[in-house]
Amino acid sequence: MTEAVNQILNGLQLGLVYALIALGYTMVYGIIRLINFAHGDVFMVGAFVAFFSTSSWHLPFVVAVPLSMVICAVLGVVIERLAYRPLRYAARIAALISAIGVSLLLEYGSSLKWVFGPNYRVVPRPFNVTQWSFRGVQVSNIQVIVLLTVIVLLAALQYMVTRTRMGKAMRAVSFDHDAARLMGINVDAIISYTFALGSALAAAGGVLYSVAYPQINPFMGIMPGLKAFTAAVLGGIGSIPGAMLGALIMGEVDVLSAAYLSSRLRDVFSFSILILVLLTKPSGLLGKSGPEKV
Amino acid sequence: MRRRFTGGLPFVLISAVVFFALREVLGATEIVNAYWQLILDQAMIITIASIGLSIIYGFCGQFSLGQAAFYGLGAYVAGLISKLYGHGNYGVFLLGLAAATLVAGAVAFLIGMPILRLRSDYLGIATMGFGIIVKVLMDYSNKWVPATGGATGMTGVPQIAKFPVIFIIFFLVALLVRNLRLSSFGRAWMAVRDDEMAADAMGVDTTRVKTLAFVLGCALAGLAGGLYAHRYPIVHPSSFDFLKSFDFLIIVVAGGLGSLSGTIVTGIGWVFLLEVLRAVLGQSFIDFRGVLYALALVLVIIMRPKGLLSGLEWQPLIPRHVPGTTPAAGQAEVATDSSVRGGMPNAGA
Repeated sequence: MTEAVNQILNGLQLGLVYALIALGYTMVYGIIRLINFAHGDVFMVGAFVAFFSTSSWHLPFVVAVPLSMVICAVLGVVIERLAYRPLRYAARIAALISAIGVSLLLEYGSSLKWVFGPNYRVVPRPFNVTQWSFRGVQVSNIQVIVLLTVIVLLAALQYMVTRTRMGKAMRAVSFDHDAARLMGINVDAIISYTFALGSALAAAGGVLYSVAYPQINPFMGIMPGLKAFTAAVLGGIGSIPGAMLGALIMGEVDVLSAAYLSSRLRDVFSFSILILVLLTKPSGLLGKSGPEKV
Repeated sequence: MRRRFTGGLPFVLISAVVFFALREVLGATEIVNAYWQLILDQAMIITIASIGLSIIYGFCGQFSLGQAAFYGLGAYVAGLISKLYGHGNYGVFLLGLAAATLVAGAVAFLIGMPILRLRSDYLGIATMGFGIIVKVLMDYSNKWVPATGGATGMTGVPQIAKFPVIFIIFFLVALLVRNLRLSSFGRAWMAVRDDEMAADAMGVDTTRVKTLAFVLGCALAGLAGGLYAHRYPIVHPSSFDFLKSFDFLIIVVAGGLGSLSGTIVTGIGWVFLLEVLRAVLGQSFIDFRGVLYALALVLVIIMRPKGLLSGLEWQPLIPRHVPGTTPAAGQAEVATDSSVRGGMPNAGA
């Protein structure tokens, strides 16, 4: 029983990290209807920047995290500007293919020797790991830190989206680009802002992921990225609470299927869920079903 | 009706014979050595699978990211049959190819029936999810069939697919697709691609048409996979992961959506380009390869969102119509909307 509780806590930790990635997918999709394939790789860059700033430049961890978020925010904006904006009015698939290209570019570009290098790197823990035990249930300070960071970031995001002028503009743009532009909203700036927010969250996710599972490499973003995307679809793409809910479910599915069914087949379960959701309820758990049939 | 498909055909046949003879001469004089022969065979195999994706995405507009899964499925089916029962027997090899094609087609049918309801990027994601599942199952497959070798790969498939058989299959596939394209099915594919709702309204059974394109395209991938298993000593699951699907996508997109000659040119050109780069750049090529792939993909799609040769077609690959519905002579475009609609009047006939 305590074993099961421990696994559920592990699933929660993974789900919280997925949530940070899934939010970026869902916000970008909500605003320009693009599956931003490169998002998982922004997550990877975030992990690497934090790794180098703590290990090579000896910055304290609390500085490394915001630094990595800022760098990834800039990266997200640059990606949008160079690779997606020229295709905004082309067929939707063209932008998706461009996103796939950017994703491959980040992965292979990072593998170059003078960028991050192709090897696995072990991330040194920025603080000592402490385990607390309550009647056999293990809780580590890492889990607590992940939980607190995610709650803080989510609260900040929720505030930005619902209470600020920018957030209001974001919601307007995601509702209708043209109408928003007629109301004097700078649509391009709002889209850049959305990419910046999403990428910063992904960077934070990358840092937390590399603290929780301390091994990084240039291709580490693929699977978490795809699973977070699945989470966003499961929760209803375009919906922020949906992405949260979906990510928590995906984290549990991932950890529990690996623990109790088969660790080698864990991806089969995750992606079967993706296909089943798309087939049976493409609008997701909390999404609104729009007029467009996917 | 027969005349419709004969225009340009002699020229295609002659080109094929000339190419074959040229290869024989160059092969005999060792200008084409075993290494370049392997590259040529590889290029044709990749192109067969790319033509499959060209049907699904280029002609019918159904975005699939699962092509490598069917390619791999074909490789495993044909490879297993040959390895377990063939021992180098040519008849078993051909039987294995047929089985690979049929199994890939049948799986595509079962998967396609439900998921072809999805559109554009959602379909891409669903097929990609399917591809990942297939790859994981390949890694795991030695639990059920030890001969597949699971994650360590399958060896011991007799290497009996030589240039002539690969070339003949390649040629037949190209010919089949050339002729299918302006058949009533082919025109229905393009109608679905250009506007599914309008096609539906015009009486095109869109579900049937999309399923046919998907099944046929995936079956071709299975066929290519079957050839692959008999040309390369090792069949490994990592050769069929979803990144491999991007290779086919790059070829089809760069070639131009809806252009058969574009797919053939970029398919063969792509494989040779990579080899030339490998020869020129040496070790650093291995590092830069992925970066070049990715840059090429992004630049092509931004500068020409419909592909390099979109709308262009080599004349002999356009079957002529019966007089009266023929697009104007000398017209180099077949895949653009206007000329396709120009050829539509007897779509329902």
